[in-house]
Amino acid sequence: MNEKSSSRMRLTGFLKKETIQILRDPSSLLLGIVMPVVLLFIFGYGVSLDPKNVPLAMVLEDSGPEARELAARFELSPYFKPHRVYSVAEAKELVNSGEVGGILILPSDFSAQLTKEFRAEVQLVLNGMDANRARLIQGYGQGTISKWLEIRRARGEDGIRSPITVRQRIWFNESVDSTNFLVPGLLTLIMTLTGTLLTALVIAREWERGTMEALLATPITPGEILLGKIIPYFILGMTGMLLSVTLGVFLFDVPLRGSLLVLIALSGLFLLASLGIGLLISSASRVQFVAAMVSVIAGFLPAFFLSGLLFDLESTPRLVQIISYIIPARYFVTISQTIFLAGNVWSTLLPAAGLLAVMAAVLLGATRKKLVRRLPQ
Amino acid sequence: MNSLQRILTLILKEFSMVLRDPKSRLVVILPPILQFFVFGFAATYDLIDVRYAVLDQSRTVQSRELLARFEGSENFRLVASLASNSQIPEMIDTEKARLVITIPADFSKKVLRGEQAEIQVIADGRNSNVAAIALGYVNAIVQQQASSFLQGRGQPLTEPSLELVNRAWFNENLVSRWYIVTALGGVISMIIVMILSSLSVAREREFGTFDQLLVAPFRPFEILIGKAIPPIVFGLFDALLLSGAAVVFFKIPFHGTVSALVVILTVFMVAVVGVGLFVSSLSTTMQQALLGSFVIMMPAVILGGFTTPIENMPAWLQTATYLNPLRYVVYGLREIFLAGGDLASIWSLLWPMACIAALTLPLAGWMFRRRTT
Repeated sequence: MNEKSSSRMRLTGFLKKETIQILRDPSSLLLGIVMPVVLLFIFGYGVSLDPKNVPLAMVLEDSGPEARELAARFELSPYFKPHRVYSVAEAKELVNSGEVGGILILPSDFSAQLTKEFRAEVQLVLNGMDANRARLIQGYGQGTISKWLEIRRARGEDGIRSPITVRQRIWFNESVDSTNFLVPGLLTLIMTLTGTLLTALVIAREWERGTMEALLATPITPGEILLGKIIPYFILGMTGMLLSVTLGVFLFDVPLRGSLLVLIALSGLFLLASLGIGLLISSASRVQFVAAMVSVIAGFLPAFFLSGLLFDLESTPRLVQIISYIIPARYFVTISQTIFLAGNVWSTLLPAAGLLAVMAAVLLGATRKKLVRRLPQ
Repeated sequence: MNSLQRILTLILKEFSMVLRDPKSRLVVILPPILQFFVFGFAATYDLIDVRYAVLDQSRTVQSRELLARFEGSENFRLVASLASNSQIPEMIDTEKARLVITIPADFSKKVLRGEQAEIQVIADGRNSNVAAIALGYVNAIVQQQASSFLQGRGQPLTEPSLELVNRAWFNENLVSRWYIVTALGGVISMIIVMILSSLSVAREREFGTFDQLLVAPFRPFEILIGKAIPPIVFGLFDALLLSGAAVVFFKIPFHGTVSALVVILTVFMVAVVGVGLFVSSLSTTMQQALLGSFVIMMPAVILGGFTTPIENMPAWLQTATYLNPLRYVVYGLREIFLAGGDLASIWSLLWPMACIAALTLPLAGWMFRRRTT
């Protein structure tokens, strides 16, 4: 038997063992296949940054026709669900108990001011604890009022108009639907789960149970051990990825404007880098407890906070931005959102893909080096 | 030996398991603190330095006046002045700029004639939340300039105009970091506690020492208490430390009472340990425990109202979040920090978490004996 075919035989045997270990333990399949589907449903149906039907307490101190008309505009708006209360004190009570998100006040001189002085005031008091939500609600409030003024104008109850208007267009996501950027971002989380968390324990486990020492006594090479650990989890991770893309596109109507093949290829690169992190942690710590903690702290949480998945990285302090450059997830969030929403923009995709390839090579190379080390003294 | 002594021995053993190994000592204490700072700074929805490009086809005093307002704003940073429309797609596609502002050639003519001039703004919608916020900033700046044009003309205001007076309670300046960082300590300590408790029984199962523990003269509830106390202590320590850091480093106001903070965090930790030990009691290996705790934690964090508001979810999902212990502590921490919550006002948040603990802890204790390897 020559060296090449015996190597293939060793690898096949080792792969078989790894595959059996994955298949007999329901927890890996739960995380690799079921979890992506659950997360996708949560993100697709549940999570949204866009407020709708915000309950408002509406205090109409004025009962003139203008006030009633504006109140009706708020009632018709899909963004608000106003219900009438009869005093500001009562409204405050409702804000404090969390029953409404804010108070809309049309002061007693509203109609009079508007018809005589051409200038009136509307008050919108919001619960500011969730600052982002409050800001968006303020915008909707402004929009509702502008639309009403426009309607009045069209009816000819008007003189001159504001000297500048802004015609705004949001490319790639005209309807400003947050599902469209959350689902591509979710791919990053799903592959980090399979790539880093699932594999963090697989080498540490062999050390802790003493089976690594047994493995080192066999003719199997460190490179073969590494390949044997990568291949099954790579297949599991890509299955989860394809499942998520299919569900995202067909169930949640997220547009896929770039090519599916490019997405698959670059996802593969990112998965290799994630596997690199997980396996490096596993082979460096050799203790499952430590590997588990580190994989969450260094692998999973940065993929959530420092990837630009939810928070805008460019608005963070310099130091945080610098740290984010070494997080593979950062590049994949860009890749995934670009391929889904913008298309195959090579000038964005290629540099990100190149960096991912370098990271994958460095991480897997370092893991291999860690495996070469002989038994601890 | 009485029961109390036995429990104490177990607790000491559990502590030394984590603390004697320098590596595991390090991973329990240092990272939560580091993370709090990095993530605390990273987690914001407010924008600074939004990169934008300008296509000024008007090149007049009026257009420059408007553009000067953008240059003077700390929310925006000019990256390019374009010469033609054809350059716009490239700027946006390659993310060189996130906004392109176009001022048409007839801009100042229309402004001077008193007609309505239109400017065009194109935003990169890949992160539509960022785009919506940035466009909000743009509109505010443009309206400032519009009223300055009106004043310049000395024209009497004949158009009905409505001013929306916005006020926000509890967070006047709408700093989104306050929203995230108040709850961040709760989330990070939950992750630590969940992993510690879920691994604790699973590790003994994997090494076979749990069977020894079961045949030793310990009653199941003693094992349960011995396993529950150390993660609660670690978690409470982390969470209190991080709450202190929120006030000291992130300058978040603390209007509530310290007693309310301690009580809500303690009850929360007990509930989380209950869930963690239940997961642990079902697992036979550490891998199952780690993955199992993630299967619970991921949805809990996403649906806990930590980064995305529960109020935006569909009604059926909002109902489902009542089962999530994180929901109560996230809401409670914000209430205590920003709205001045005290023991009386957080009472309604405490008992649901106590119920979760009262259900999961006995279930875990019962599973200890049921499931053997």
